[in-house]
Amino acid sequence: MTHLTTIHATLVALGGLPRSIVNLDKPGHYIHWHFIQISVANLIVIGSMVLVFLLALLIPFPGHGKGGRDDG
Amino acid sequence: MDDVTVPPIASPEPGDDPVTKTTGHPGDAKMWTARMRRRVVRAFPPDRLLPDRQPAYVASWIYVFGVATVAALVVVIVTGCILAVKGPQWWHVSSVGHLVNSCHLWSVELFFFAMVIHLWGKFFMGAWRGRRAMTWIVGGVTFLASIVTAFTGYLSQTNFDSQWISTQAKDGINATGGGALFNVLNFGQMLMWHITLMPLVIILLTGWHVLLVRRRGVVPPYPAKAEKGAVALAEVAR
Repeated sequence: MTHLTTIHATLVALGGLPRSIVNLDKPGHYIHWHFIQISVANLIVIGSMVLVFLLALLIPFPGHGKGGRDDG
Repeated sequence: MDDVTVPPIASPEPGDDPVTKTTGHPGDAKMWTARMRRRVVRAFPPDRLLPDRQPAYVASWIYVFGVATVAALVVVIVTGCILAVKGPQWWHVSSVGHLVNSCHLWSVELFFFAMVIHLWGKFFMGAWRGRRAMTWIVGGVTFLASIVTAFTGYLSQTNFDSQWISTQAKDGINATGGGALFNVLNFGQMLMWHITLMPLVIILLTGWHVLLVRRRGVVPPYPAKAEKGAVALAEVAR
């Protein structure tokens, strides 16, 4: 574990590996559309919620239709 | 008509009725303890409080988000308790403190993420049908209370972020006239709201919401359109 941490720290120091996937050490990006102003971060979260909501409706539930569940 | 009534519970064996079993000594039947016990058991028989099976329509991912919200809430409370025990000097400087602080933040993010999808799902299901209006209302109030809890949490971080949010929020709150009662610049008040008052409110509301779901059952989906049409035709023919 310590070995891996050292490798990671070395790669970060050499610039070979980003500290995080997204650089958060700067002001956020915003989208302006008429009177609507929203940060890209919030837009990503809302978009993800819509996506997960749709997937929850479309993806079949595991084990459904095998007779394992019934009106109880 | 939509079949939105409470699913029937299997009748208990004679002599095994949980309601009559809880009566106790015949002479004690009128005591408030016996009456309260009977009332609670009638409202929440054990097999309804903790059922083994759910109706077939519950086998859908959209029904998962309610329990996902509760699971996230458990992580929020556990990490919040650790932060309360150790304090800001710990969560700001130590690596384990950073980890627990981040777990607290991200479990809150998951809590809201799952709760909003749960809310969307229940809205489009018309989850207030079949005498479930109170379940819907309590859920909505819990959502609003969660926003207050998260807001006071942002004010309790003890960093520049919390200072910025409180100084920006004070004008909005003061514009409503609520600043005298809810002063966002009063750190002690915001911390107490965040770690005592609001968690108590959230836990009580969530418990009430879950009990109402158990009492009324999970709302079934709307009937298919063809079935609806057939019912309407049958009613016209009658």
